[in-house]
Amino acid sequence: MAIDNIWVFAQVADGEPTSGTLELLTKARQLGGTVSAFVAGDASGAAAALGDHGAAKVFATGDLEGKLPGVAVASAMKAVIDGGDQPDLIMFPQSYEGRDVLARLSVKLDRTVLTNSTDVAVDGESVVVTTPVFGGTKLVSTVFTGERPYLAAFRPKSFAAEGGAGAAGEVVDAPVPDLGASGGASVTAVHVEEHSGPKLDEAAVVVSGGRGLGDAEKYDMIETLAKALKGAPGASRAIVDAGWVPYSYQVGQTGKVVKPTVYIAAGISGATQHMVGMKGSKNIIAINKDKEAPIFGIADLGIVGDVHKVLPQLIAALESRG
Amino acid sequence: MNVIVCVKQIPDPALPGELDPSSNTLKRDGKLILDESDSYGVEMALQLVDAAGGGEVSLVSMAPNGEVSGLRTALAMGAAKAVLVSDPALAGADALTTAKVLAAATKQLGEADLIIAGTESSDGYTGTVPEQMAEVLGLPSVTFAKTVAVDGDTLKVDRQTEAGYDEVTCSLPAVVSVTAGVVEPRYPSFKGIMAAKSKPVENVSAADLGIEAVSWAQSITNVEDAPAREAGEIIEDDGESFNRIVEFLDELKVI
Repeated sequence: MAIDNIWVFAQVADGEPTSGTLELLTKARQLGGTVSAFVAGDASGAAAALGDHGAAKVFATGDLEGKLPGVAVASAMKAVIDGGDQPDLIMFPQSYEGRDVLARLSVKLDRTVLTNSTDVAVDGESVVVTTPVFGGTKLVSTVFTGERPYLAAFRPKSFAAEGGAGAAGEVVDAPVPDLGASGGASVTAVHVEEHSGPKLDEAAVVVSGGRGLGDAEKYDMIETLAKALKGAPGASRAIVDAGWVPYSYQVGQTGKVVKPTVYIAAGISGATQHMVGMKGSKNIIAINKDKEAPIFGIADLGIVGDVHKVLPQLIAALESRG
Repeated sequence: MNVIVCVKQIPDPALPGELDPSSNTLKRDGKLILDESDSYGVEMALQLVDAAGGGEVSLVSMAPNGEVSGLRTALAMGAAKAVLVSDPALAGADALTTAKVLAAATKQLGEADLIIAGTESSDGYTGTVPEQMAEVLGLPSVTFAKTVAVDGDTLKVDRQTEAGYDEVTCSLPAVVSVTAGVVEPRYPSFKGIMAAKSKPVENVSAADLGIEAVSWAQSITNVEDAPAREAGEIIEDDGESFNRIVEFLDELKVI
């Protein structure tokens, strides 16, 4: 039994599919068969882009009316499957919403899940998923052994998004059934903490700061350097947990995955949790006063020195170039 | 108010992780410690019970070999009791099985107003167990909570999102997963450590919880080394190293 029906949980923000969604659709169509997108919310604005990346059909729940997507979308998916559409594989972006929908659906369908994965292949009758472990030093291949659909979540930037697949996907209503007690959570207000400048996971240059900065005010140096390089500022989990910067700045396993042309790590030792989010960068510059810091093991240019001295000199030099 | 916290006991993350060559699953046979990311949930629970002016914090955990050292840490922080599911049949269990087992274990502790978990463990980090438990128990859930407060029979949560955060209200009982940093976990006091030694820990098997025929539908077929990234040029700062960075950025044409 080949893989001939793949669903992708599609996330739409401001009317546009997220980059992670388009990456998964591209991969799904390379695997073959029919590809459908499953959108949490209204899909009318996104159907063209979803179709261009491979979705022949676009299931849409319609407005979630403040319900959290996890249980709502999983229930809508279950209703479509019960109605006769039988996917072989459902791919989810490794994101907050992706993880929640995946988890709820796994219980509804009684299926195992694989998360944090970076690749998927069809090998005869088997679907093989690749997952990096131990900070990406080892790659584990896992096959699903039970009933379909198989459920897996993939890290951002695991695949390249490519358009040109076809026309806008056909939109099919997939309403959310009554959720009962499990639908008891509602969003009452939305707060956006995005900074100005390029987005962290899209910027060509990312400058991240960590504990080595010493205190919260010194993070200004990171913002200034990022601005001078027309890049985005990022952060290690340590300083996000310490409350110096918002969570949306976090690079790492539980934050954003970035692959910029240049990544500058200032005062970051290189915990596994952080390296997972940035080791795919094309070039890495590290500044740290501890020459034993693990970050130097993956840096193309490593400066063993004090960030409080090197950063101001670097900023001044860049600013004097105009 | 009664709160149940899911805690995981994991190999010390400071030590290098190892896979069991026979099963390719994570080796977890040595001494285990409380997953630091669960200490936030324990602290949050203690504070909520304190604010409510009554009730207690209980723990559920699943670990091999009847391991309790991590549980004792959470009991020393102030939790009252624990249910530990320890069963060789569960070695290498997937997240779905773990969620079913932990959900069943919470029932051993009676009715809870709230179940708290970390967002993901620091060793396996599948990240789905809290939401799966909620579905097994038929409860609402809020994941990635960065603040949690209880107002009567309603839960108020600031929930982390990709762009910032959402304010969420939720009926009780419910399941909440909390991020690191939600509260500052207390250090167990000497008195707490002594008291923890005599707090009840009920040791049960999967069968005791009514869970039979344990299996999971995934199988590891291969483990290999990932292509390594090589270290490049390392220089000691002599007061001029910033020039080398400028040069490097210039070569890459980003300035």
